[in-house]
Formats: sequence, structure tokens, C-alpha cells
Amino acid sequence: MVKRAFEITDHTADVGIIAYGANIKQLFSNAALALFSLITEPENIEEKIKRHVEIISEDRDSLLVEWLNELIYLFDAEHILFKRFNIENLRGNQLRAICYGENLDPLRHKINMGVKAATYHMLEINRDSDGYEVQIIFDV
Amino acid sequence: MPKWQGQFVKIDDYHWKIPQSYKKGMRVPGLIYASEEMLESIREEQTPEQVANVAFLPGIVNFSMAMPDIHWGYGFPIGGVAAMDVKDGVISPGGVGYDINCGVRLLRTNLNEAEVRLKINQLLSELFANVPSGLGSQGRIRVSQKEMRELMIEGAHWAVKHGFGSKEDLDATEEGGRMKSADPGRVSDKAVKRGMPQAGTLGSGNHFLEIQVVKEIFEPKIASIMGINEIGQVLVLIHTGSRGFGHQVCTDHLRVMEEAASKYGIKLPDRQLACAPIESNEGRDYLAAMACAANYAWCNRQCIVHWVRESFSKIFNKNLDGLGMEQVYDVAHNIAKLEEHKVDGQKSQVCVHRKGATRAFPPGHKEIPLRYKEIGQPVLIPGDMGRCSFIAVGTQKAMEESFGSTCHGAGRILSRHAARRILRGKDVAQDLERRGIIIKTGDISSLAEEASQAYKDVTKVIEICHQAGISKKVARATPLGVIKG
Repeated sequence: MVKRAFEITDHTADVGIIAYGANIKQLFSNAALALFSLITEPENIEEKIKRHVEIISEDRDSLLVEWLNELIYLFDAEHILFKRFNIENLRGNQLRAICYGENLDPLRHKINMGVKAATYHMLEINRDSDGYEVQIIFDV
Repeated sequence: MPKWQGQFVKIDDYHWKIPQSYKKGMRVPGLIYASEEMLESIREEQTPEQVANVAFLPGIVNFSMAMPDIHWGYGFPIGGVAAMDVKDGVISPGGVGYDINCGVRLLRTNLNEAEVRLKINQLLSELFANVPSGLGSQGRIRVSQKEMRELMIEGAHWAVKHGFGSKEDLDATEEGGRMKSADPGRVSDKAVKRGMPQAGTLGSGNHFLEIQVVKEIFEPKIASIMGINEIGQVLVLIHTGSRGFGHQVCTDHLRVMEEAASKYGIKLPDRQLACAPIESNEGRDYLAAMACAANYAWCNRQCIVHWVRESFSKIFNKNLDGLGMEQVYDVAHNIAKLEEHKVDGQKSQVCVHRKGATRAFPPGHKEIPLRYKEIGQPVLIPGDMGRCSFIAVGTQKAMEESFGSTCHGAGRILSRHAARRILRGKDVAQDLERRGIIIKTGDISSLAEEASQAYKDVTKVIEICHQAGISKKVARATPLGVIKG
């Protein structure tokens, strides 16, 4: 069964996503795509900028939260929207990725939601025969 | 999400207990301020479970409490109050929230409803142009790294020093608009970079600037001391916080606390409750950084107040004295404070976490301004944009029972997504306009998320606090015009 890359879930206080991946790299990449789908329509983002991101964290769950928080930071502080994530390396608690996107252009990009942080709440990376799945709650 | 299946033990009509025996590991019982009717909606999500989880935190005293506007948060519930003994307790960034010192500021005016209604569209357009709002909004003030450092230390004083508002505003602000424990050395470069361009902005989401009309005065003497004298008088309410800066401070320190919790052998039922002893390096670092974000938020509201006054002055062609736009008060509702309270009859230093709760100090308390000494600290409770807001005061009962705390607002009942599914922003705006409430926003579609249907009725929330005695209602005001980010 081919699962979707991600879906958006309901939450009273905030907003959540469930991301899927055949492997852990794809899971991280789809979670990032889900994040930018909350912020805007990723099909309107062009690949003009390339950013290297490296993260070392305490464990794999924290790595996912910090990865998403790094992207939120890059958007909030530098106004970069990303649409494609090439996870070059993801082992244990370390991640190295190249992210492709462009600077926010208010004329072309409609910002739907101000996502402020990825939280640890109810975070659990699950694996079954189809691959990986994770729910992430964002503070908006 | 499944309904919470635990049992509430009734203490009286407004106090409900979750016994310590509910879950192994709870150090104190839970206490929820609610009516029987409200308890059902509180059960709908796992919110009482979160109240029970907070009771696991080391050093927690008396109760893990929740105000009637309680709703589901991450880790701590929103509407949660928890006090930890300074000597052996912990501080948890989750008990403050991401938007550190999210809060409300109220201005009074000499204007009445009729004169403001005549010019409401012009006024809202002027305010919308003058107060930066919306997603990713950038400020009109440009701060350098050096100035950002000063701003973190000085809070609202920094704004007053640069010509935004007056010294009188500082007197009418919780903490005088500046927490002295701030240390910019404990704040990351990332937080500074996120904060610099957003200083002096309203932001988006549930943040707003509202022009209101006084509809009811419950305590005329108390209200008059606040400068609220008659029905029909116009007020201005500002609700915003520390923007991306506070979020980054919280994110950075949650990471540190994650490691600290395992280092200090603290067992947690939920990772988002990550914490460290108050007396540890990690705990002190967070408190010093949190104070920077709190100061940033007070500076933010201070700048906005100045632009609000300028806008009114221009539209009504009156000077500030003529307008009488004095600040009633400014309260924080996402914050942790070291305060003195009675625990087991003894005076004790505790760290009070207020996550979606408002300080409500009683008459005579040393922390409140002289002019309010007799009446108690003003408490500002915003409702949703279609209903009303309340002005209340703190009480002695709050001091004895809830660590000088009361509710902070309405509390969501519908998720943002659910609200968008049911409602259209345009319809919400039209419906409000029919009822005489004009909305100005940069993003009409997001209005659905903030519609009345998405919130509990604030009138019921404030009534419970009033009946329970942890705050006393003073006046009620309804919106006339609203700027939503």
C-alpha cells in the first residue's frame, strides 16, 4: 500500500501533521514538506536557494523536532520557503541535508499560517511493515 | 482523541479535584475551577490528564491547578497554574508556553461610542497602517544587535526612553514592564535574529487590537479608580506577546531541559514537560532568558500603545490629554515568577507557572501600583471578537487558594482546522458587521479560526472565577472594531 506523504490532523489548541516515509530519510523529508504545506502552497515555491542544514541531537525524536525547528527558524528569521529536502545523511542522532527553496515573495506566496515551533508533544516515530509514521504537533 | 475517563471529586460547585491517587507519580492532587456543565467539555479531550501530568513535577506544592478556560496544550494544559518550591522544585518552559509574556494591555479614553462609531472605518484604517500586524510582520522600529540587548534588559522602559508612551504607563504594567532577572547572555543568536525584525509588531493568530465599548459596570467605585466611569465609554485592548523571539527562547531551552531532566533523574510522563531544578544552571539560564522575552513583549505592547494613541489623536484631532488615553493596566498571561506565597501556613518562595492564567493580586499587595492598592490588581480577560471582554480585580482568596491567579480568556473549543471547515472568514466578517463590529485584517480567511463559535463563552469563564472568589468582576466591554493580524 502506498501511503500519502503526509496528512494534516486536528488539534484544539494547535495544528498537527502525520508524516509517512518508506524509510527514515523520507519520513524526515515528508515531515518538512508537511510543515511548508501548512505555511503556504509548496507548488508555488521555486528552487532558487540551496541551504545546507546539519543537526546533532540527543536522540532521533529530538532530531526530528530540531530539524523542523531549524526550518521554522530559517523561515521566520530569513524568510526562506523550502519545497525539497535532500537528506544526505541521517544516522542515529545526526542529520545532514540540503534544502531547496526561495525567499518569500508576498506577491506570489500566500502565507496561510504562522507556524512558530514544532513540539515534542505526543511525538512518537512508529515503524510497521509499510515504513515509518510520525505525528507532530506545531505551535501556531 | 478519546474522552477522559477519570473521576472528578466535587469540592463545591466551582472546585473539582483530581485525587492524587488517580495516577501513580502525582505529588499533589489536581484542582480544576469549573462548573458542572463545563466539566463535560473539559473531558472531551485529555485535558484533565495534562493536569494530572503536571502534578508529577518535583517541588510542586498544594495542587496542579487549571482555570475554567482550560484547554488542551502540549505538556501543560492552557489555563494551567503550578507553583514549585524554589528550594527543591523545578522550572519548566512548557509551563510558560512558547509565546512568553503573551499578555493584554488596556487603555481608557474620554471618547464615547457615538463619536467613535462615526469614524470607526477611518480609525481602523489608520490603526491598521500604523501598527504592523499579520504573519511575518516587520516592525517600524529597527533595532541593532546592541539595541536589542538593551531592549531585552529594559523591556517597556526601553520603549519609553525612545519616545513610545510615558512613565505613567510603566507604573500601570505588571513588573513595571521589566523583569530585572533578564540576562541577554542566556539568549541564543538565533532568538536575537528572529526577534530583531519583529520588535513592535502585533503578529497574527489570536492576537488583536480591539476598540471596545463599556456595556456593564459591576463595581462602579473600583471601575472609577481605573478611569472607567460610564456605560458607552470607549476602551482599547491590545493582545500580543513576544513573537518569534519568545518562541525561539522556548525552543532553545526546551532542548536544554530535555537533557537536564535526564541528568537530574527527573521522570516525566510527557517530554514536553521537560524541566530542571530552579536552583540549577539550566533552570537559572532559562529564567534569565525567559525574562528577556518577557521584557521584549512588554516593549512590544509599549510601542503599540504609542501608535494607537497617535492614530486616535490624528483621527479625532485631539491631543493626548484631551483623549484621556491613559493605560489602565498590562498583564502577562504566559509567564513564570518567583513569588512569596503561603504554603501550609508558612511564607514560602515559590516559582508560579502561569500558562494561560493571569496574576490576580489582592488589595494591599506590595507588587501592585499605589493607585490600585485599595482595589487590588486589575485583571484583563479578553473574550473572542464577537462576544465581550471583562475587567476584574485580584482578591485575597486568589492569594490563599490559586497562588494569586485567575483565568486569562475564553479558551478554544474548536481547532483552527475545524473552525475553517465549518466557517468562512468572509461570512464571519459580514456577520460581525451586521452586529456593529467592524473587522480589519490582512488575511480574511483566517478570521474563521477566531470566530465566536471556536471559543468558550468568556462570560461563563469569568463567572466561575468570580463565584469561586479568585477574581472579582468590575466591568464588561464589547468590541466595536477589531484589527486582526
